[in-house]
Amino acid sequence: MSLPVHALFFAAYRDLLGASRLELDLPDGATVRDLVEDLRGRGAPFDGLPAEPAVAVNRVYSPLSAPLQHGDEVAFIPPVAGG
Amino acid sequence: MIQVSVQQDPIDPASVIEQVGHEQDGAVLLFVGVVRNHADGRSVTGMRYESFREMAVDVLEAIAGEAALHLGTDRIAVVHRIGELRIGDASVAIAVSSPHRGEAFEAARYVIEEVKKRLPVWKKEHYEDGSDEWVAGAVPPADGLLGGDG
Repeated sequence: MSLPVHALFFAAYRDLLGASRLELDLPDGATVRDLVEDLRGRGAPFDGLPAEPAVAVNRVYSPLSAPLQHGDEVAFIPPVAGG
Repeated sequence: MIQVSVQQDPIDPASVIEQVGHEQDGAVLLFVGVVRNHADGRSVTGMRYESFREMAVDVLEAIAGEAALHLGTDRIAVVHRIGELRIGDASVAIAVSSPHRGEAFEAARYVIEEVKKRLPVWKKEHYEDGSDEWVAGAVPPADGLLGGDG
């Protein structure tokens, strides 16, 4: 385990988890999908996150297949409702 | 010149218009989105807007940049408000100026439609009975671009 990343949660996801930020350590080579599965595998309330949420890595929308780098910031983006 | 802002302060539409305009422009357009008092048949008393602020600024700049590239005017200003809003408060304002009216209407329309698709902003509606709910929104495309379905 040597790939530290920051996970950010907003709006409904933050309310679900009761946290706006978590620090995680993932195996080398992990992707965004691995991060999502790690969280959902922790059981309630994390399993309330969607299996395929929209995410932004370092503030850019990214596919779940995106590989993670040391220190990346992964934001879980609930369906947006601006305007 | 493109100018964007995500702010807690109330939106002053006149000041948003002042950010655009040029001697070569014959059209100045302002769109203002405001909080209405109903949603899906329920009475709404107010709204709380939240954002991933740093990213929202980036996305607004990207959206306005796309409008400028496609429509040939870079006199675009976009302001989105966050925080507690009351009925009638402006939540978003978009000002565009261009040589002719067509580009201004198209650019403003493009910006508001893209804001609704991919700006990382959320809103919680407050209802007359004291309850509140996050508004069901749009899933942004994973590539961040128009037409993506990832």
